[in-house]
Amino acid sequence: MTTALTNRDVDHSPGRSPSTPPARRRPRTRRRTLAWAAFFLAPSLVPLTAFTLIPMISSAWVSLHEWNLISPMSWVGIDNYVNLLGDQRTRAAFSHTLAYIVGYLPLTYIGGLLIALALNAAIPARSLLRSAYFLPVVTSWVVVALVWQWLLNPNSGLVNTVLGALGLPEPGWWTDPTWAMPSIILASAWKDLGFIMVILLAGLQAIPGELYEAARVDGASAWHRFWRLTLPLLSPSTFFVVVISLINGFQVFDQVYVMTAGGPGGATQVVVGEIYDLTFRYGRAGEASALSWLLFAVVLLVTLLQMRGQKRWVTHA
Amino acid sequence: MREHVTLRKVALVAALVIGALLMMFPFVWTVITSITPDGTLAAGPTLLVDNPTLDAYRQLFERLPMLRIAANSLGVATATTVLQLLTSSMAAYAFSRLPFPGRQALFAVYLATLMVPLQVLVVPLFIQMTRLQLNDTYFALLAPSIASAFGVFLLKQAVDGVPRELDEAATIDGASHLRIFGQIVIPLARPALATLAVFAFMSSWNSFLWPLVVVRSPELMTLPLGLSALHGQYTSDWNVIMAGSVTSIIPIALIYAFAQRHIIAGFAHSGLK
Repeated sequence: MTTALTNRDVDHSPGRSPSTPPARRRPRTRRRTLAWAAFFLAPSLVPLTAFTLIPMISSAWVSLHEWNLISPMSWVGIDNYVNLLGDQRTRAAFSHTLAYIVGYLPLTYIGGLLIALALNAAIPARSLLRSAYFLPVVTSWVVVALVWQWLLNPNSGLVNTVLGALGLPEPGWWTDPTWAMPSIILASAWKDLGFIMVILLAGLQAIPGELYEAARVDGASAWHRFWRLTLPLLSPSTFFVVVISLINGFQVFDQVYVMTAGGPGGATQVVVGEIYDLTFRYGRAGEASALSWLLFAVVLLVTLLQMRGQKRWVTHA
Repeated sequence: MREHVTLRKVALVAALVIGALLMMFPFVWTVITSITPDGTLAAGPTLLVDNPTLDAYRQLFERLPMLRIAANSLGVATATTVLQLLTSSMAAYAFSRLPFPGRQALFAVYLATLMVPLQVLVVPLFIQMTRLQLNDTYFALLAPSIASAFGVFLLKQAVDGVPRELDEAATIDGASHLRIFGQIVIPLARPALATLAVFAFMSSWNSFLWPLVVVRSPELMTLPLGLSALHGQYTSDWNVIMAGSVTSIIPIALIYAFAQRHIIAGFAHSGLK
């Protein structure tokens, strides 16, 4: 969820401290600086190397092999990637993941925006209401998945009981291939709505009130003010929400694993679920690693494209 | 005109309250289900439970070492938070204040690790832990989150914001880097540290994929893992599963009740970049 933040900092790291231009420093001072740097960096550099950098390299290496985690690896070059790209299962996993994002993003964004707009008004018990909407955010995905699996239980779940009482059709929810993904989307939206709302609310509160006053004096209607003022000025927050939601959306797994385990009949098998199954069910670690790099490439590409396209629609006040 | 405004405000508040109740309802339902006696759930739900019982909780604690599991979750999340605050703030200081050769390049390496999702690392990390015979240990649970590139990035921004005149004055007074770090930079970077603490704690508390891969024995399970195991074994005992859910919501709900302002601010802060 942090990738979005990286872009601007790369160019901004400050120059050397003005008080200690390196040319004037003596070798002894320099050695001492190096020793201090080692002292301050070791606690993060050692674990980062051991548990992120080395696994990264070894993952890339494994992806070029056929390997069942037990017998020795055999070199296959880029075959894993070629096979995956031609594989029906890979395409299905990516399209299920996309379906998730397409359902989840508008639901949480529009829902979160409406709540944020309402909470931005001067109303009583504002922080209490905000806390209520935010509570699902701190609940773990596994709990969210279980609670919703129960609410959406086709036989004795609350939702179908209510629908039945109203004489409406009762879908099979997560047990029905058509309704399984909407069930996952609903549960996920419930959990994340508060997070999106808080981000957008912070964005709304950063908009200077004088702008609204000026627009009101000019006779702009509420509708007009929303489209011409609020939405454009909120675009940096919207951008952040979209970038984060897409990154998280492509990596969706926990709630799917608990609610449907990719079923019924593979209808909700997402990319990370496929990586997990390839490794731990089918013992195809090479393909699993290759798929994880494909996923990374897609996420990176989508994020970079958004950074590119940012200029066209994001207004910086 | 004024009455019109007031009416609109009342409608707005009413809509918000109804929405909030709807958002809260799944929690209420979870509690209600957990106190419903065995065998009466299949008939369909009722808002008012006929013979409320804590039997589901008794069954839950018989099936899983729940206290141990909750303590594991709290312990691992706390350790992760403390470790990340320490390792990230130290690295942030080095990147912000120490002009060592190769600083830019090393910072770029840190940022690069930020881009790589856990899924890419899961397979090799699992293999690495198996080789080191560290699978199914607390260390394995903690290992991937001892250091956080996100934390380093976040805190470097904050440390960059601390005026350099302050440490220059301290240097003249003969203070070492350790002293400047501990007595000047850390206290002034407190809001960013709080944000990182919230993120570190929450992400550890919620983490599922890595514990799922690396933990086998019930004594090492964290709450999400314990619940998922419970769900796998007793698919239709919804009162027991909901009792497990309530048990795992309580600790985080308590923390939330006391620190909600900081938690919400932490999340909101992440969007204001």
